[in-house]
Amino acid sequence: MSEPTLVDQLKQKFGAAITGSNLENVDPWIEVAPESIVAVCKYLRDEPSLAFDYCNSVTAVDYLHTDEKKAAKSEWQPHLEVVYHLFSMQHKHSLVLKAMLTRWKDDEVGELPEIDSVAHVWRTADWHERECYDLFGIHFIGHPNLRRILCPEDWVGHPLRKDYEMPLEYHGIRGR
Amino acid sequence: MASAINNLLDWLLTSWLLSGLGLSVSTDSAIGYVVAAFIHIALIINLVAVGALVFIWLERKISGRIQDRLGPTRVGGKFGWLQTLADGLKLITKEDLMPDGADGFLFKIAPYISFAASIAAFIAIPFAGGPYPWIAQHLNTGVFFVIAVLGLEVFGVILAGYSSASKWSLFGAMREAAQVVSYEVPLGMCAVVPVLIAGSMDMVVIGNQQAGFFTNWFIFHDPATFITFWVYFTCALASVNRAPFDLAEAESELVAGFHTEYSGLRWSFFFMAEYGSMLSVSLLASILFLGGWHGPIPIASLLGLTAENGDVAGYVGNLLGLTNVLFKGVVGVSVMIWIRWTLPRLRIDQVMATCLKYCTPIAAVMFLGAVLWQYNLPGRTFFGLLAAPPAMFSVDEGWEAPPAVTTEPAKPAMVEVRVEGLTPQQVAANQERGN
Amino acid sequence: MSTVDDPRTIEFDVRTDEMLVNMGPQHPSTHGVLRLVLRTDGEIVSEVTPHLGYLHRCAEKIGENLTPRQFIPYTDRMDYLAGMNMNLGWALAIEKLMKYEPPEKGRHLRVIISEMGRIASHLVGMGAYGLDLGTFSPFLYAFRERERILDLFEEVCGARLTYSYLTVGGATADLPPGWVEKCEAFLTQLEPIIVEYHTLLTTNSIFIKRTAGIGVMSAATAIDYGTSGPVLRGSGVDHDLRRDGEEIYTAMYDGYAFEVIVEKNGHYPKDHQYPAVPKEAILGDCWHRFYVRMLEVMQSIDLVRQAIDRYSTATGNYGEPMKLNQKLPKGEVYLETEAPRGQMGFYIVSNGEAIPWRARARSSSFCNLSVTSELCRDCLIADVPAIVGSLDIVMGEIDR
Repeated sequence: MSEPTLVDQLKQKFGAAITGSNLENVDPWIEVAPESIVAVCKYLRDEPSLAFDYCNSVTAVDYLHTDEKKAAKSEWQPHLEVVYHLFSMQHKHSLVLKAMLTRWKDDEVGELPEIDSVAHVWRTADWHERECYDLFGIHFIGHPNLRRILCPEDWVGHPLRKDYEMPLEYHGIRGR
Repeated sequence: MASAINNLLDWLLTSWLLSGLGLSVSTDSAIGYVVAAFIHIALIINLVAVGALVFIWLERKISGRIQDRLGPTRVGGKFGWLQTLADGLKLITKEDLMPDGADGFLFKIAPYISFAASIAAFIAIPFAGGPYPWIAQHLNTGVFFVIAVLGLEVFGVILAGYSSASKWSLFGAMREAAQVVSYEVPLGMCAVVPVLIAGSMDMVVIGNQQAGFFTNWFIFHDPATFITFWVYFTCALASVNRAPFDLAEAESELVAGFHTEYSGLRWSFFFMAEYGSMLSVSLLASILFLGGWHGPIPIASLLGLTAENGDVAGYVGNLLGLTNVLFKGVVGVSVMIWIRWTLPRLRIDQVMATCLKYCTPIAAVMFLGAVLWQYNLPGRTFFGLLAAPPAMFSVDEGWEAPPAVTTEPAKPAMVEVRVEGLTPQQVAANQERGN
Repeated sequence: MSTVDDPRTIEFDVRTDEMLVNMGPQHPSTHGVLRLVLRTDGEIVSEVTPHLGYLHRCAEKIGENLTPRQFIPYTDRMDYLAGMNMNLGWALAIEKLMKYEPPEKGRHLRVIISEMGRIASHLVGMGAYGLDLGTFSPFLYAFRERERILDLFEEVCGARLTYSYLTVGGATADLPPGWVEKCEAFLTQLEPIIVEYHTLLTTNSIFIKRTAGIGVMSAATAIDYGTSGPVLRGSGVDHDLRRDGEEIYTAMYDGYAFEVIVEKNGHYPKDHQYPAVPKEAILGDCWHRFYVRMLEVMQSIDLVRQAIDRYSTATGNYGEPMKLNQKLPKGEVYLETEAPRGQMGFYIVSNGEAIPWRARARSSSFCNLSVTSELCRDCLIADVPAIVGSLDIVMGEIDR
């Protein structure tokens, strides 16, 4: 499997849902529109020549400069990326998928951004998406059990966001 | 109360202590009875408590050696022999905790019930035999009594589990109840086999019948008893909750099972009860199967240390017997310790399967086997190779000391039932006896 | 799988004989601070819900504030039973980003150290599994041997648990003189002892009763849940990153002779030397997971021997540790390595500064544990520790 042909193949199949790709990076990635992530993932899993049956990891990256000077020089607009690392046990090849999200849904602070859950495509994604929800505040639509997994259930905020601030107090315990 | 202690007491009370005060009291009187009872209780409690101290130390040393460690080395100078005492002191000083939702009264008495049941079993266990056995209360239903009382220990455990207000404790108690009640069945069946051979439930009688060389021990009586012994030992392990059957306290599953919520002294009572029960089932095994107070070679009787040769000889002989009984008991406990530190734990369904699918049927078949052996080869021992000693036929049901051994053995009654297929010699012998 | 938002409401609502029991976070057999909520009907467990996070330190956030070499000690504390392998995983991921290739000697040194780490980790896995099944002695035997490995590690880097030895660019120091001989002597001593362990556990009939046919996981389930390492191979999936991984990792094992420990046609590699698979065992059960781990110890012994031969004759040095504040190239990488407990992945996003923009750790135990509720359905309470133990989890790695 080579990435350029895969990109073409996916573009042919899904058209505008494949929003971009970066093939120069050490691990090339393909960018997928958030609304069609499940369809693409199912195709990647079920297409025999690809057979991505193993999901290594689902995670996210928060792109936001908290420093205004840096933000001004920044090449990108603040956004969230959901990153899927896939692997095929059969063909022993791997793939990176990305989906871009706004940091807040409709840019309303506090409204969690949404993306469809792939937990029913790969069961691994169940816990990984919970972790993403916990640490990044991404709402995975259709997830069977979207609760915090690492932080306590009543924790406030999503720690891996760049603008996260440790709470001053948690149940009488000093935060910072 | 034909015990040696009573003889001693008799002498102490009548001729020395009380006569000095101008009173005349004998052990046959009510006061004598009470005083004797207290002395017996003191001895037995000390045996269990000191036994527990020694066994806990032994367990630490043995497990240490099994695990390539040294075990305790410091407390009390050499070998850490005072380690348990130090631990005991620590336990006494610990706070006596009780969970909030616990049933206070039951929670508090549960360890004592276990401990009391464990100790009570020792009442009927003889530590030396002969015409003046060393036994707290000579019962003609000793085997029955010991097994029945050992079964009472489970009450303490169930109460502890129920009253602790902890789910883990409840699990432990339920497991214990299921397990101990089930294992009583094969345990009882195994204990019946020596009873069947001896023709008596009196443990002194059972022990006395195994006098002589080790070939007379009931374990070697016939193949059925040999197998029965191992089944008995397995069931005994299970009924005193030792690994691999220690499901009631299975620490990897139930935290600590029924004693999860106990601390300090109350917890240590459960511990003492456990070690007390281990000792009592081992002593029971040694008396039922392993010749009791008779060593493999009858040194005592070869040296003439029997009651017939005077009181002093009788005492020394009984002392040797006591050593034998305790030694066998300690060996039994050590084997239990050895097993505990070697084997993984069974699962509850496997424990029940072991009992119901293996132990019970085997014990039943062995009971039948022993019956058939007795019927077909009466008067033979050591797997039928040797003739049984006359003592093995002296059946005695009395409360008093057995009479001197008769020279002519009374043949078991069942031989007379056999009419068909008798040899001419046997017919002649029967007629002769009839005359 | 339905879960309960507030267990208490359900408990009073259902009004049946079912009981919710908390196994952990303080429980002897949950390997740290895992909390399992068991829904039980007597001894039968109908549902197990794991709750994590009691050891959460947000290592990933820390990774966004430290340079890669400063982060090495934090990787030690992820899988604290195999710190060396964690160091290696992180170091290789950064090296992949920097397109750095360690010299020959450093490569073999890494094989020696990481395979020794694997032995040390599997020894704990074996011993702790004995504990889970109620036998204490194998645990101490395992620790006796592990201590010797820790002694060797101590000589190498001064630490016994959190080594921070393998680092970006190679290792912090070369092996001390005479170390290789000691290591070989240890391996010679260890080999016959493993046979002892087989008699103590692997072939023990109670052990087989407790593990064979328990917690059977099909290959499809194992892949679906993203399990890895011995858990995955115990289900018969032929996958080992040391052979099938990315080039930067497999290059480390280039030229080494080893077979992936997985059952093929009813046989494990070289299984004629080890106890036979019992009749009761089903592929993918607890026994197979345990057995794979035991065979991997032997495999690692073999690999260390090969590595020692190569290391002794290799030229060059053990590598050049990266400068503490060296700037990283721009880009993002994801690299998984075969740690003792499975595939440990690190995902690093760099925007060209010395500190990564994002440092993500994909933990193998995290994925392995997620299969618990699937495996523990309708088992007995005693099977729960047996199944969780066979997954050989380390909470430090799960909660990060």
